[in-house]
Amino acid sequence: MAASKPREKRVLTGVHFMLGNYAIVEGALAAGCNFFAGYPITPANEISERMSERMPAVGGAFVQGEDELCSIYALSGASLAGAKAMTATASAGYNYMQEGIEYAAATETPIVIVDVQRCRGENFATQADVMQMRWGAAGDYEMICIAPSSVQESFDFTVRAFNLAEEYRNPVVVMSETTIALMRERLVIPPDDQIAIVNRKYTKLNPDKYRPFAAPPNGVPEAAPLGKGYHTLYSINPHDEMGGIDWNPEEYDRLYKRITGKIRENRNKICTTQSFHLDDAELALIAYGSEARPALDAVEMARESGIKAGLLKLDVVWPLPEDHIKEVARNVKKVLSVEMNIGKYAAEIERMCCGLCETARATKNKGLVHSPEEIYSTIKEVWR
Amino acid sequence: MEEVKVNPLRKGIKNDNLPHFFCPGCGCGQVLNFFLTAIDELGMDLSKFVGIGGVGCTARIPVYLNVDALHGVHGRTLAWATGIKLTNPEIPVVIFAGDGDLASIGGNHLIHAARRNLDVTVILVNNLNFAMTGGQVAPTTPGHSVTMTTPYGSPEPPFDICEVAIAAGATHVSRQTTARPVVAINAIKRALQHKGFSLVEIISQCPTQFGRYALKSGSPLRSLKWIEERSVTQSQAQKLTPEERKDKFVLGQFVDIQKPVYAGSSVYEGES
Repeated sequence: MAASKPREKRVLTGVHFMLGNYAIVEGALAAGCNFFAGYPITPANEISERMSERMPAVGGAFVQGEDELCSIYALSGASLAGAKAMTATASAGYNYMQEGIEYAAATETPIVIVDVQRCRGENFATQADVMQMRWGAAGDYEMICIAPSSVQESFDFTVRAFNLAEEYRNPVVVMSETTIALMRERLVIPPDDQIAIVNRKYTKLNPDKYRPFAAPPNGVPEAAPLGKGYHTLYSINPHDEMGGIDWNPEEYDRLYKRITGKIRENRNKICTTQSFHLDDAELALIAYGSEARPALDAVEMARESGIKAGLLKLDVVWPLPEDHIKEVARNVKKVLSVEMNIGKYAAEIERMCCGLCETARATKNKGLVHSPEEIYSTIKEVWR
Repeated sequence: MEEVKVNPLRKGIKNDNLPHFFCPGCGCGQVLNFFLTAIDELGMDLSKFVGIGGVGCTARIPVYLNVDALHGVHGRTLAWATGIKLTNPEIPVVIFAGDGDLASIGGNHLIHAARRNLDVTVILVNNLNFAMTGGQVAPTTPGHSVTMTTPYGSPEPPFDICEVAIAAGATHVSRQTTARPVVAINAIKRALQHKGFSLVEIISQCPTQFGRYALKSGSPLRSLKWIEERSVTQSQAQKLTPEERKDKFVLGQFVDIQKPVYAGSSVYEGES
């Protein structure tokens, strides 16, 4: 028996002073996560450790895989068998997991991956893996990546990650960072009936009528339970609506247009942003994750010195919130991308701003979050 | 009009996914047949099964079966199965893996699934090389064999996958060959009935790759004869010197014991 009788509450309603990594665990459990597999790696270990205690106590299954590959594929197996499944890793571990992410994306299997980004081989803060998380695996697919900036968002966004995974039948990444993962802050967990939960749609059709991968353009197919006679082939290979391996170029085109389109073309339902001081802004900072915090401080410093600055904080990094960024770009003179790496996502922002406004970058790649003063000094440099 | 006779085992086949892609004379078709025969003779309900295949020729077997199937990623069959069995232990899982899939890229998963006693049946079709990719050397390729990546003969000693599984803690392990269909079917039947990690290795002919390069013959019959010439039962093997036994395939059931099956971490009420 995988599951024992629950003996602890799933949702720890109340006010806490909690570690970011623990908040992710509580968010997952609140969202209905009942399968966790992970492999030790710093700075994500607190997630596995708390899961190993909490998951069996709420009646779910916990496994420490022999490696990242076991963990990521166990997620797909569990999810296809009906579980809400999550793993947690850090940058180097995410490398290995790309393989299993490709499978989940190709077979439209909902799974949630927490990537606590760290510097290569060390545990300093970084956002260096932002591009890897989008398209690191082979083949055509689109990811949903959601970037918390605080312990509260670590909880809230993990709930959303599960909901998005279920709704779009896609892997979803919670893009955490060392900074947020190992920080303690106030966390408010609402009562469980106030937490919105989305579950994947299962087919009501009988097996003889069921077409496993049939969906309208940019749509999501209905799932079928495993081992109940639906006889679905979940193959990573190009497949037709019946799931059969199909090398017909037209089928290939239709499949990949749909599994990428269901994310891209629904971006305005998936993406949310938060705006600060943007109403009359002439200079807009755009930031995500932990960098949004010093960016907001820098905006307020700029305001005090008479610069009409504002901040667009991206909750969802992938799919690219094209329309949100363009809307800001149309209304300002300049956009400043703030990022903790050599400047990767900045190129995507600049692509959106092209022809609409000027652009500049505040990038820092030293294993440290920007200080507000550093960003403010860049503002003064680029705003003349 | 003449009545068309249909193989009664065709009810276990997904007609939509035919024709199959196995080469003429390949042992994979035989093993598919052995499996369906075993299921039929045991009176098991195939439609409840989940079939898993990784990548390779053998991995295609579940693609043609009337089951839910996971397919297409190299070596991760047991990782998928871990997630399935921990979520729903009632679903019977059968894995079809080639020697490259199970013992090379998937070797780590093999030893750990065996160690945990994951409750699945693994049917290993060992054709002694990487066949789908064109006949490269595998960890199972007999020493000194010529393959597409060992033109001067393989410099490595081969794995005995049954011994690896036994050492790792597998609770049911046997080996047969495609040259001995009846005992192979019986071995699969016993593995399917076993509660816990069961491995049936079936040494199989690959006339297209291993046959042509290592045995210098593309004839399936020649490959089968080569396998049969090297096959000995366990009792025959005991009479051989270690030197005589070196290049032989020892057939039979090596382990059949009961141990608690793996169920992941649990909180037991009133634990002792």
